[in-house]
Amino acid sequence: MYRRSLALVSLLTLLAVLLAACGGATPTQAPAAQTPAAQQAPAAQPPAPSAGQVTLQYWLWDANQLPAYQQCANVFMAKNPNIKIEITQQGWGDYWSNLQTGMVAGTAPDVFTNHLAKYPEFASKGQLVDIEPYVKRDGVDLSIYLPGLADLWARDGKRYGLPKDWDTIAIVYNKNALDAAGVTLDELNNATWNPEDGGTFGQLLARLTVDENGRNALDPAFDKTKIKQYGLIINGAGEAYGQTEWSWLAYTTGWKHVDGLYGTKYYFDDPRFIKTIQWYADMMAQGKIMPLELVSSLGGAAAFNAGKGALHANGSWMIGEFANNATFPFGFARLPKGPEGRKSMFNGLADSIWIGTKHVEEAWQWAKFLASPECANIVGDAGVVFPAQQSGVERALAAYQKRGLDVSAFTEQALEPGGTFLFPVTDHASEIVSIISPVMQSIMLGQAKAADVLPAANAEVNALFK
Amino acid sequence: MSLQVSPVPRLALPSRPKRRWRRREVIWAALLILPSLVGFIAFYAIPAVRGVFISFTDWDLLTQAKWIGLENYQRLLKDPEFRNALKVTFYYVLLNIPLQTVLATVIAVMMARLSTSVLIRAVLILPWLMPSVVVGLLWLWLMDPNIGIINVTLRSLGLSTIPFLNVPALAMPSIALINIWQYVGYTALLLFAGLQSIPGSVYEAASIDGASETQMFWKVTLPLLRPVMVFVVVTSVIGSFQVFDTIAITTKGGPVNATKVLNWYIYEQAFSRFNMGYATAISMVLFLMLIVISAIQMRLLRAGESDL
Repeated sequence: MYRRSLALVSLLTLLAVLLAACGGATPTQAPAAQTPAAQQAPAAQPPAPSAGQVTLQYWLWDANQLPAYQQCANVFMAKNPNIKIEITQQGWGDYWSNLQTGMVAGTAPDVFTNHLAKYPEFASKGQLVDIEPYVKRDGVDLSIYLPGLADLWARDGKRYGLPKDWDTIAIVYNKNALDAAGVTLDELNNATWNPEDGGTFGQLLARLTVDENGRNALDPAFDKTKIKQYGLIINGAGEAYGQTEWSWLAYTTGWKHVDGLYGTKYYFDDPRFIKTIQWYADMMAQGKIMPLELVSSLGGAAAFNAGKGALHANGSWMIGEFANNATFPFGFARLPKGPEGRKSMFNGLADSIWIGTKHVEEAWQWAKFLASPECANIVGDAGVVFPAQQSGVERALAAYQKRGLDVSAFTEQALEPGGTFLFPVTDHASEIVSIISPVMQSIMLGQAKAADVLPAANAEVNALFK
Repeated sequence: MSLQVSPVPRLALPSRPKRRWRRREVIWAALLILPSLVGFIAFYAIPAVRGVFISFTDWDLLTQAKWIGLENYQRLLKDPEFRNALKVTFYYVLLNIPLQTVLATVIAVMMARLSTSVLIRAVLILPWLMPSVVVGLLWLWLMDPNIGIINVTLRSLGLSTIPFLNVPALAMPSIALINIWQYVGYTALLLFAGLQSIPGSVYEAASIDGASETQMFWKVTLPLLRPVMVFVVVTSVIGSFQVFDTIAITTKGGPVNATKVLNWYIYEQAFSRFNMGYATAISMVLFLMLIVISAIQMRLLRAGESDL
């Protein structure tokens, strides 16, 4: 009898646990259906902070930046003893799906790092707190940020984030490979490019592409089936934006993605763009750029760090990655000069406040601190990324210098007049990526010609805005 | 799904005589079924019923769902990406099932007739014990074109690099190979259990009649193994129509949509393109397809009968 009731009790306990678990897993209504207090404009006087201890959840995706932001959080908590910041870091892939399901389930973080490709979708679905009234109330000086960065986060009089960092693209080079080919840094820094014959940059790639017999791609006996070192490695087919892959060449032709901020017309069918992408595909077929099928999902940086290429195009957020993992002397060079000069995408992140937060005022205080000179200087000293404010940039440069890294290729690009273009912020970003990515892959794998497939894909993209 | 497929439990207790169940046993049976019943209702039945409703709506997860009737299903008929997903999924099933079943049968027969080593049996199911994510990552590294050991070895032998997961022509066969590697041992184990239930006397009779080992395999083993074989084939077909984790880890539907199977397409529509209603409609179609395919298989293979 005893044994039986014990079994019964344990079964019932199990059942209770299961039921409780199910309750948690049942889909709940999105909080957007309600009208959270956050949507109302803030009171003229800062409302009294929530009574007692408030814990704010903060998410970011870059593990390299975690220590710096933890330090910011520590300073912030020391100043605001009633607010506790809990930071969660997750990889880029999981970050966005977890964030979205968190918004549905009501468990999204109060404040999170946001990206220009993602925020318009969240904003249009009413998931972000409009911080413009708070900016006005507290008199936040937007002129401390590098020009253009703050505007990227505003739309129709509303604001969804304060800029916290920026990035540009440059060329990373393997010094041993340059020396072996007799290419000087001066030559590389002054290289020119055009989509017809590739310019001196194309010539450099040929000299830096070497087969197993030590012949470079200019040698008639060059064997492109046995390449030991590729002239250039890029990160992939670039999806729809090509930030590190092709945007830095395509924009030098005068091409642009879209007709302005929040544009509704894309130009993937422009002859200048088609020519540029076809140049990439041809270079890959000749082995001067590492063919797409060899660029693994581990990314171009892994292949470059393994010594598979002489040059590699990547963003300033990867500086630390090369410093930690390259097994050879390396450095950063300027992008090649195209028909309309040097061009790099100028991208930036910001922190947004989720509409479902129960502590808007505290969340705003934290978001404001994250974008303040104080936190920017802490992040700058860590030397992992360029903060959105000049003072932070100087601290970052000093930190890189201390590690023996000359990163001026990135900063000079940012300071050059007309040297940057902004990330193409529009609606329907995820649909656009789904349409364009396979097309770019098929071109770079040599399965289709750019001129044959891009116009149709572009028509499909533009149909999204009708 | 295992609720529908009964041959294995029946075979496991083939000699049990029919008798009235005692009350005590009924209570115990009900109690033992209860936990899995609760799970079934909470995680399968309720979401499935909810899914039917969601599939008639336009819902982006974050704003209120809007009833749009059959629009999602009409859209399906004209969606080239859906057609591609169907094609790619069937291709995967065709690559996966025949090879896996044949290999598993061979391994099971070898286990039954040649080796009785527990160690070998344990090693066979090791890949199945590994989480799919680990298996995916493991093969992603092994197959990497630049630094993966397979390609490093190929190059050291003077052969050229094989971009397994990175070209459309090879991506799906590579995924099928990874999944066969993971599941063949488990499938073999199920078949092996089926083999154990074939009485030795049948083989004795066959050998007295002068049958060779090959003849015994075709004339005795395979026919008597049929009910278990049905279970194995039906469940692995269902499983391979739902292939997801390996693709999520290795190719993410690429290159050029070559591995964008139904389940990945559903995931993409739901969680990166915010079309929850449309994604659910595709799930419903997949669900109906699986019911029909399973019914046909069980009918053709006479799942309910045994030759024993």
